[in-house]
Amino acid sequence: MFLEIKNLHANVGNTEILKGIDLEVGLGEVHAIMGPNGSGKSTLAQVLAGRDVYTVTEGEVLYGGKKLLDMAPEDRAREGIFLAFQYPVEIPGVNNTYFLRAALNAARKHRGEEELDAMDFLGLIREKMKLLEMDETLLNRPVNEGFSGGEKKRNEIFQMAVLEPKLAIMDETDSGLDIDALRIVSQGVNALRSEKRSIIVVTHYQRLLNYIVPDYVHVLSGGRIVKSGGKELALELEEKGYGWLDETVPAGERA
Amino acid sequence: MAFAVKQSEELYLKSFRELEKSQASSAPGWLAELRNSGMEAFAELGFPTTRLEDWKYTNVAPISGVNFQPARVELNDKIAKQIESLPLSGMETNRLVFVNGRYAKELSSLDGLAEGVKFTSLSEAFKAGYGSLEVHLARYADFKSHAFVALNTAFMEEGGFIEIPKGVVLDKPLHLLFVSAGAGEPSIAYPRNLVLAGRESQATVIETYASLDGGVYFTNAVTEVVAEEGAHVDYVKVQRESDAAFHVATVLGYAVRNAGIETNSLQFGARLGREEVITVLDGEGAEGILAGLYVTDGRQLLDNHTTIDHAQPHCSSREFYKGILDGQSTGVFNGKILVRKDAQKTDSKQSDKNLLLSESATINTKPQLEIFADDVKCTHGATVGQIDPEAVFYLRSRGIGREEARSLLTVAFANEIIDRVKFQPLRVRLKAALAEKMAAGTGRKEA
Repeated sequence: MFLEIKNLHANVGNTEILKGIDLEVGLGEVHAIMGPNGSGKSTLAQVLAGRDVYTVTEGEVLYGGKKLLDMAPEDRAREGIFLAFQYPVEIPGVNNTYFLRAALNAARKHRGEEELDAMDFLGLIREKMKLLEMDETLLNRPVNEGFSGGEKKRNEIFQMAVLEPKLAIMDETDSGLDIDALRIVSQGVNALRSEKRSIIVVTHYQRLLNYIVPDYVHVLSGGRIVKSGGKELALELEEKGYGWLDETVPAGERA
Repeated sequence: MAFAVKQSEELYLKSFRELEKSQASSAPGWLAELRNSGMEAFAELGFPTTRLEDWKYTNVAPISGVNFQPARVELNDKIAKQIESLPLSGMETNRLVFVNGRYAKELSSLDGLAEGVKFTSLSEAFKAGYGSLEVHLARYADFKSHAFVALNTAFMEEGGFIEIPKGVVLDKPLHLLFVSAGAGEPSIAYPRNLVLAGRESQATVIETYASLDGGVYFTNAVTEVVAEEGAHVDYVKVQRESDAAFHVATVLGYAVRNAGIETNSLQFGARLGREEVITVLDGEGAEGILAGLYVTDGRQLLDNHTTIDHAQPHCSSREFYKGILDGQSTGVFNGKILVRKDAQKTDSKQSDKNLLLSESATINTKPQLEIFADDVKCTHGATVGQIDPEAVFYLRSRGIGREEARSLLTVAFANEIIDRVKFQPLRVRLKAALAEKMAAGTGRKEA
């Protein structure tokens, strides 16, 4: 199995957020993780990327057979994990192009490939920019600084297109997007779908899944996956809302 | 302790008598008089102590306790090569080089200076007897109340003299390069520079300090910049002294009607560095921009004192300082904005932002507003922060290593100041200097 999450527990401070996640993702599959606010969706995404504000207290994650939780965030990225942030960070003073080339070259170096110089890199990213209908002026601006919400999300998917990860985790990429931006972002993601790449789409709403059609849908609630199914599960959630999930949570865990 | 200080002042008095004797026949009367007034003022003031508000965080006892002596070195090929391989060399500028405070004509390069532009060493200017010297030299930097300016005035002998005639716009920057060579006995140098920008002239002046052989020495520099009506001077000062050196410098900019002076002071080196930048806006429509960057590590202390003196109405000033502090180092920023009674419609903004890279680094930052006019706009702000962990994680999640991420963010912080330098070759070198200093700091941490 490409990605195996086994009984994963994680805390923030003394509060347990993830209470035993089990999930398997095969290579080339697209999985959607849905759930109400506070269910632990973003925590799961961030733990997989290596965010250190979360402490893993139990369980393990195998990524291509390797113990993912033992790896530093930068090593995970170099090994092909990409997190599209829900709230991309603004980094004043760091040029977008410079940043992205440093990121790409870090991965290339890790794989024993030659680093790209500025000219080769520019050729590569021009292509990817078209895909995301990105304005070239964004490249010369500091990373995310002064970008609109939609531009930030598009920039995330643009980075993903350039870095070509093996496992892409999209954390509520649809939040705050208007329908045009949603279309462009989805188009970008769909172009990246491949049998060599797995994608985990974390979302609150079914809307995004009209554009990025998943192979599997999982419902996260109270820090556990309470239901898994095919893409039709997303439609069911859309219809019924998340309220009915309470019944599936063990009685002792209800608030 | 008072006795120890006294003793060290006597030492300077002795050196002064020697200088006086050696120059008795050559120095014009007005110059001898100025030097004498400088010595008198220094003898009266003595070295400042931390009891003085302006020196509260900067104890100069390590300076007053050392027996510094002027040190001549013979120029040779080795020194010439060392100078050429300095990171601050190799820029397309006209350049005067000074070694241990002495003018090194053979290492200087002057070509294609616009007609009427004077760019010479101060000693040559004295010899030539330029009339503007007597009018302007030591008329702006106040030696009566400032001990280090007094000391420099007593010993002023050498430095750069720049005079740009009316309407001349210089395309190449003028570079004053001061290096210290030979790590023998603790040596002292008193660079004294005078920049006179005539009406509607424009120039970039770069003043840099570097060390060839390291060691303990003391640079006590004073630079006066005068911008006549409508003139514009960009002045960049780069301090890369050895990490055992002492550097005390005063830069005084004097701008009259519609003139502009932009100073950018970048301090990297020295064990103890103090830079005082004073800009006097003494004519309607004058503009002062003061920028600065101080980067400290180890046990360094870098002190920045700035004063913007709004003496006339309708002037504006902008101040951008930033500090990056690592190790157990200390930074000081004191930004005084003085708005005199008549200076209505003054528009002044000041900011000092600091990045602490270690838990044991200290920054003392203080704005000081003294406003005597009632129709003015003055704002100030100081911040002290650490590297944003969210930003570090964002970079790491893209494959950039932890140390590289921290360094990238630190450089980005500094670039706001470095990018204000308009002369591209210098900008590139400043970025390299910063990277070098940061790498050294990281190396120390890992060792």
